[in-house]
Amino acid sequence: MIRRIERDRTRFNEIVRGRIRGEMKRFVANGEMIGRKGGDLVSIPLPGLELPHFRFGDNRKDGVGQGDGTPQPGQGEAGDQPGEHVLEVEVPLAELAQLLGEELALPRIEPKGTDLLEADATRWTGLRRTGPESLRHARRTLKAALRRQVIAGTFDPKDPRIVPIRADRHYRSAKRRPTAESAAVVIWMMDVSGSMGKEQKELVRAEAFWIHCWLKSQYRQLETRFIVHDAAAREVDEHAFFHLRESGGTKISAAYELCAQLMREKFRASEWNVYPFHFSDGDNWSGRDTERCIELLQREILPGANQFCYGQVRSAYGSGQFKKDLDAALSRDERLVTSEIQDRDGILPSIKAFLGKGR
Amino acid sequence: MNLTPELERARVEIERHAREFGLDFFPTVFELVDHDELNEVAAFGGFPTRYPHWRFGMEFDRLQKGYRYGLSKIYELVINNDPCYAYLMKSNSLVDQKLVMAHVFGHCDFFRNNVYFAHTDRKMVDRMANHGTILRRLMERHGVNEVEVFLDRCLALDNLIDPHSTALRRAPAEPAADAADLPRPAPGKLRAKSYMDRYVNPGRHLDEQRREDADRERATSRFPVRPGRDVLRFLLDHAPLKRWQQEVLSLVREEAYYFAPQGQTKIMNEGWASYWHSTIMTRRVLRDSEVIDFADHHAGTLATAPGRTNPYKLGIELYRSIEERWDKGRHGREWEECQSLAERRRFDRRCGEGRDKIFEVRRLHCDVTFVDTFIDQDFCDAQRMHVWRTNPRTGQREIASRDHRLVKEQLLFGLSNSGQPIIEVVDGNHDNRGELRLAHRFEGLELDLAFAGETLKVLEAIWGRPVCIESKLDGKGTLVRCERGEIATREVAPSGATDRVADSR
Repeated sequence: MIRRIERDRTRFNEIVRGRIRGEMKRFVANGEMIGRKGGDLVSIPLPGLELPHFRFGDNRKDGVGQGDGTPQPGQGEAGDQPGEHVLEVEVPLAELAQLLGEELALPRIEPKGTDLLEADATRWTGLRRTGPESLRHARRTLKAALRRQVIAGTFDPKDPRIVPIRADRHYRSAKRRPTAESAAVVIWMMDVSGSMGKEQKELVRAEAFWIHCWLKSQYRQLETRFIVHDAAAREVDEHAFFHLRESGGTKISAAYELCAQLMREKFRASEWNVYPFHFSDGDNWSGRDTERCIELLQREILPGANQFCYGQVRSAYGSGQFKKDLDAALSRDERLVTSEIQDRDGILPSIKAFLGKGR
Repeated sequence: MNLTPELERARVEIERHAREFGLDFFPTVFELVDHDELNEVAAFGGFPTRYPHWRFGMEFDRLQKGYRYGLSKIYELVINNDPCYAYLMKSNSLVDQKLVMAHVFGHCDFFRNNVYFAHTDRKMVDRMANHGTILRRLMERHGVNEVEVFLDRCLALDNLIDPHSTALRRAPAEPAADAADLPRPAPGKLRAKSYMDRYVNPGRHLDEQRREDADRERATSRFPVRPGRDVLRFLLDHAPLKRWQQEVLSLVREEAYYFAPQGQTKIMNEGWASYWHSTIMTRRVLRDSEVIDFADHHAGTLATAPGRTNPYKLGIELYRSIEERWDKGRHGREWEECQSLAERRRFDRRCGEGRDKIFEVRRLHCDVTFVDTFIDQDFCDAQRMHVWRTNPRTGQREIASRDHRLVKEQLLFGLSNSGQPIIEVVDGNHDNRGELRLAHRFEGLELDLAFAGETLKVLEAIWGRPVCIESKLDGKGTLVRCERGEIATREVAPSGATDRVADSR
């Protein structure tokens, strides 16, 4: 039976989704939701969702006060009006990705590669007569006890007491079945040389969050790897990736080499859908290094990747030459996408450019 | 009713005890439900048959979350109706269920006998179902969105009612039309001989009379003649609404009036129910093996967090104190005049009128009068009640006073109008431009401006012309005005409409 409340709940969810969709641009630009992620849910503050009423409230603005201040009303109802309370709704990450997809009209990704990964899916669907107590199936155990008592004639409906004995106990057990899955990996690369400031990293962070969100909704298994580079490159964890601040020169080829090495050793194109992303401010050490980069891309990275994305973040110190060089050398290869991110409003078009091809 | 045999036995037993104690309730139907169902019913405000609206879904989500994370759990849910419906949660233990049942009979008795509930519809379950049908039909005819938008507007205003209007007769809001149209005699000059004229009709008197007439004229030409708190009624009568919109607004208003007494009697109602679950359980029903669980649950219900009051606790203690005072005859002149502490402690006239008194109290009072009448210094001392404030220098909370007058004042402050601002319609033709002017009766707390603005927008959409509300901000008269969705706030000279409510109006 569908419960009555479901209708109202669906309606409420529709309203919430509508609001989020309407403000998608703002969310993406502000990066408000990043860091609010808890598990698979994102909680989003939506002011003004509740019905307004005339009610009491404190209208004082922030500022310095002097004097006694108003004594707090105590004893008595402390008041059940929430102060600065903004309703937060929790939205599954997958749904957020879907909303993003609708907003940008992103095509679904067709997984490539014929060799699919064999994965064991474990499901607790089985039952056994033996097992650890922590896995005891209470309902089945009681059912068995009830059946036994009814058969034995010891069950009294007036005093429905069910006492399970050892033989009644049932335990959950796991069943394995192999499933075919296509797996994907995102290799994030970022320039952390002196010219990449905090603001630039914030842009990258916001963009990475949404791209990850979308790819995650497309692949059941999504791995991520993080590479930072200045004159040398190394692999780091997520936190370090976004917070590390190095100084020194920029040698992009170092990162590409590490990326190519990862793809050779671990993420072979026959098994993986590989998405290398590289963000920098467009400055490179020398023209020779840029040539080396292009060579690496052509020979190793592009053939093994679904798509290689280069995002150039505008910075006061960057020349922006690297994007021009890439475009000039590889403009005919459709596995390469480059885009320039000027500011926060540039994030959305940039995501669209990267993911709009459905590769 | 779908109780298990065990629960059914408990119900029959508890109902018998409740009747023996003199509780007088409607037939009470218990439903055994799981937590999903209970949260569903609770989200609907107790009525599973209510009209469709997203806010119930929102509330349901909130309750579910609270339950899942173990933050909150609803034990009991009773509906003021004949028969009374009450819900029991399946997963509760037998002791809990017994306690809840006893508690429920207390509520049912209160619903049936308290005068503030006298006007409520006892077939509200059916009425709510009718409202559901009406709204569904309207949605089919006029479109879900259209009806929902309007319903949202009405609900934003549903605290603008006059909760006392059901108990007392107000002077009619409008003068009888024909009385207003009657030609008024010119300021009465009495017939007099010319040489007597200046004595019979002194000029000063004539001026006075003329002024009075002019005042009266101005007063009666105002619309409404007197400020009124039932803003919804005013809108129903005077706002340019379509028929279906009137229907929606009037059913929202009806439901608001139905729920109003529950806000007015929180302390009394919960106190009464707690008094009876405690009495019935401890005197009659409890088995030895259940005492600890009962005590645990009972203590949890009555627990008071520092710096707050718990209506369950305050209520039950007040009833107990009243019972003791009337049992011992500690009221009236003799008691008031008794000054000696020792004598007061011994004071016992063995009147034994306590039970009768609390039954009388539960019939006649609401929270405001309950607290005002029965909290005295002795009660404050016994309950260690106090007014606290934050010391601005240290930032620490301190006890400011234990004087029962101050305690009472603070309590009453929170209780008046169930903690809602008092708002009146002052003028339906403000500035002679057909604008609606409201006034907030300022009693020390400011309106939340952001919310007031949003609410004004809603009001403007219903009224069809600009609307404004006069209130006070930082001690100055302030007018918040909404025209075409734009909010403007400016300072105005206080008109007197925002002053505290006069006692007898």
